Amino acid sequence: MSTAPIAISNTILTLPDQSTATLPKRNYINAEHGILSWLLTGDHKRIAMLYLFSITFFFFIGGAFAGLIRLELLTPMPDLVASDTYNKFFTMHGIIMIFLFLVPSVPATLGNFLIPIMIGAKDLAFPKINLLSWYLYLIGGTLTLAALVLGGVDTGWTFTTPLSTHYLNTHVLTAATAIFIAGFSSIFTGLNFIVTIHRMRAPGMTWFRMPLFCWSNYAASILMVLGTPVLAIAIVLVALERTIGIGVFDPAKGGDPLLFQHLFWFYSHPAVYIMILPGMGVISEVISTFSRKRVFGYTAVAFSSVAIALFGFFVWAHHMFIMGVSNYSALVFSLLTMLVAVPSAIKIFNWAFTLQKGSITFETPMLYAFGFMGLFTIGGLTGVFLGSLGMDIHLTETYFIVAHFHFVMVGGMLMAFLAGVHFWWPKLTGRMYPEGISKLAAVVTFIGFNLTFLPQFILGYLGMPRRYHAYPVDYQVLNVLSTAGATVLGVGYMLPILYLGWSLKYGAIAGDNPWQATGLEWQIQSPPLTENFTEIPIVDYEAYDYEWLEKKQKEQVTTVG
Amino acid sequence: MHISPVLWQFLVKWLHSSSLFPAEASTIAPYMDALYFFLLLITIIGIVLVGALLIGFSLRYRRVKNPVATQVEGSTLLEATWTIIPLALFLVCFVWGALLYFRIYNPPANAMNIYIVGKQWMWKAEHPGGQHEINALHVPTGRPVQLTMISQDVFHSYSIPEFRVKREVIPGRYTTVWFNATEPGTYHLFCTQYCGTQHSGMIGEVVAMTPADYEKWTQQSTSGMSLAQNGERLFASLGCNACHSGNAAARGPNLAGVFGSKLTLANGNQALVNEAYLRDAILNPSQHITAGFAPIMPTYQGQISEDGLIDIIEYIKTLQTNYRVQQTNVTSQSNQAAPTTPEMVKP
Repeated sequence: MSTAPIAISNTILTLPDQSTATLPKRNYINAEHGILSWLLTGDHKRIAMLYLFSITFFFFIGGAFAGLIRLELLTPMPDLVASDTYNKFFTMHGIIMIFLFLVPSVPATLGNFLIPIMIGAKDLAFPKINLLSWYLYLIGGTLTLAALVLGGVDTGWTFTTPLSTHYLNTHVLTAATAIFIAGFSSIFTGLNFIVTIHRMRAPGMTWFRMPLFCWSNYAASILMVLGTPVLAIAIVLVALERTIGIGVFDPAKGGDPLLFQHLFWFYSHPAVYIMILPGMGVISEVISTFSRKRVFGYTAVAFSSVAIALFGFFVWAHHMFIMGVSNYSALVFSLLTMLVAVPSAIKIFNWAFTLQKGSITFETPMLYAFGFMGLFTIGGLTGVFLGSLGMDIHLTETYFIVAHFHFVMVGGMLMAFLAGVHFWWPKLTGRMYPEGISKLAAVVTFIGFNLTFLPQFILGYLGMPRRYHAYPVDYQVLNVLSTAGATVLGVGYMLPILYLGWSLKYGAIAGDNPWQATGLEWQIQSPPLTENFTEIPIVDYEAYDYEWLEKKQKEQVTTVG
Repeated sequence: MHISPVLWQFLVKWLHSSSLFPAEASTIAPYMDALYFFLLLITIIGIVLVGALLIGFSLRYRRVKNPVATQVEGSTLLEATWTIIPLALFLVCFVWGALLYFRIYNPPANAMNIYIVGKQWMWKAEHPGGQHEINALHVPTGRPVQLTMISQDVFHSYSIPEFRVKREVIPGRYTTVWFNATEPGTYHLFCTQYCGTQHSGMIGEVVAMTPADYEKWTQQSTSGMSLAQNGERLFASLGCNACHSGNAAARGPNLAGVFGSKLTLANGNQALVNEAYLRDAILNPSQHITAGFAPIMPTYQGQISEDGLIDIIEYIKTLQTNYRVQQTNVTSQSNQAAPTTPEMVKP
């Protein structure tokens, strides 16, 4: 390894000499063999990989439905499928993408793999509960597929009563059960993270020495543990109303259909933060590593995650501004919505100023992180449109809202997920992904994304309602642009599957710390040992301390030399 | 360079017919658009700022130019700046949005009222004069129009993009929205809340007409019976008049002039008698007992349609004396025939 490069390279990537390098003889992947050693594992890293394969599978199913939706909307006439089928498409797209992809995406894969290592622990606090969480996810996923194969469900992912309780004849109960069960997998993940972060930090790993990835997953865990049970309650009530007609939501029996909206959004708004917070954690790690700088205002970024989690619980009624809630309660929820936007703004500026005076390189994870920052800024600011009461009247329930949450969820979260997968791929597998084509994929994704969703903002302001199978002819041009963009986006998502799969066998050997990063996960071998550390590390440096890393590397060179 | 004819056609179509904004056809629309442009401005400034920071720092501090990073802990001053400025901007958006919201959802006192009943998958409009429309709404320009809306089944949402108004239409409760159309023309009407199979077919048109044209339209489209007249028949055929006769000894409270008044209920609460109160009192009487009366009224849940309820409410709204109520009682006692309204008596 060269310590003093003569010409300054435009990458920090440092790989071992490929002619002699091999993967470590002992690691978590080859520690045991056979399918059962995976299916019955307690190792957080193996469970993370199980999750990674499962959520990728569901992502492509959900994505296929997105493709079908865009294909139908190419023309104003309802000419590809029948209305019922179209309604099933967007319902399956929503259910799969939200409950089976976005909610578990970063926490259950990268979080599962990295949080114990980042804080210097051998595993999560409850390995068996961790495995149970994956099985619950799998049961939830299988039931969703069952609902799909049996004929589908057309409630929309929001399960609005009384439509879902009294007016539909599809597999509502199967889908509801699936979400109920998948919800527990999310609760267990959150529980595991909270206990692990509280109880299992290595000596010297104080709260404020933790990587920000741990902070943001911790904040998301609080939301998972406190929010998800409310969704479970709402779903049980829908099931009881549908089967035995208890009348909680039925106005004819003295029930209130708006109550369902309150219960549902009490979970589903915080769920947005469950989805985005772990992604923000990824961005903090990536931005810091590729600008060789401590995250600007570490404490502010850490606390802004907690602030988002806390405020996130008190803004749910902004989904109901036009639903006949009291004007004055709308006022309160609008104000709180504006407040919850501030911590996100703080994060964006802190990340931007992390770049200042840094030494920046532009590898694939960094490109995705830049994409995240641009798209999340648009997603966040268009959220202010919707939080602003009067504006919400015109924009809610239109394509504007569709574009807004795709900017946050896909432009934000999916970009962050891909940034994280590329960043930690060498740690997960011990091998590098190919840099050239992955940069291309990042750029294609960014272009495709914008082409798909920017026209939808305009469509929304023109008034095109969401979940429409057919639409007036004057909206066609923008819809064609959007569908064209979706095609490009589809290519952008297919590429990583191909080259990441290729790299599993042919990728360059990565070595322990290809990015010269400071986290504890980079100080151990790739892929790690089953027990992560040969001895429990003692932490005597702050997070993102690149000077510490340099000193350590010099010491190693002198010891070896 | 070869452009496919289909693409060319789309480009031409885009330039000729595509707009970025819907027409402004109500008094609300300019207010909405002003707020929209303000928010767009903030968004564009935000994106340009973030983009400039990312690109600027990337160029200035890229590794080849700046091989060694300088560690910076943070800066309270900078962080305070980007906390306070966004907060201030968001608060402006909050106040501006709130003012607009209260403008849209508080109808002026002189607004004319039209009832909307939503059902899977059509919109029924009921004008006070008895004009009924399906998937259409005719309104005069230059005059505030209030819509009192209810759903017969699931959640719907009544949206007129060119007027910039929208409101959820909910089963079991009235919601209202108002607008004042400025430009005669035909505009989109959408159901924006997913409501089942034909959700995207639950559309129609809103026709704004000059007051003179509207007058003509009301005369041509009348069904001959106003909502109140329909309500009067229903009131009698359901036997409401037996108790609500206005007699001093009657078992039910006097309904003449009750609309808009403040009632003291048996449980001591005060209630303003509006459309929602009357509807609830008919469907769920035991919760709405006027002080001094026994809880003997049966529920009419499931016996009257939403249209019927609207008729009865319109009737009670117009009821100023009990003279005709008592007349109907006398007639029905003498010949046991179904009561009719005098105007409708056939020669």
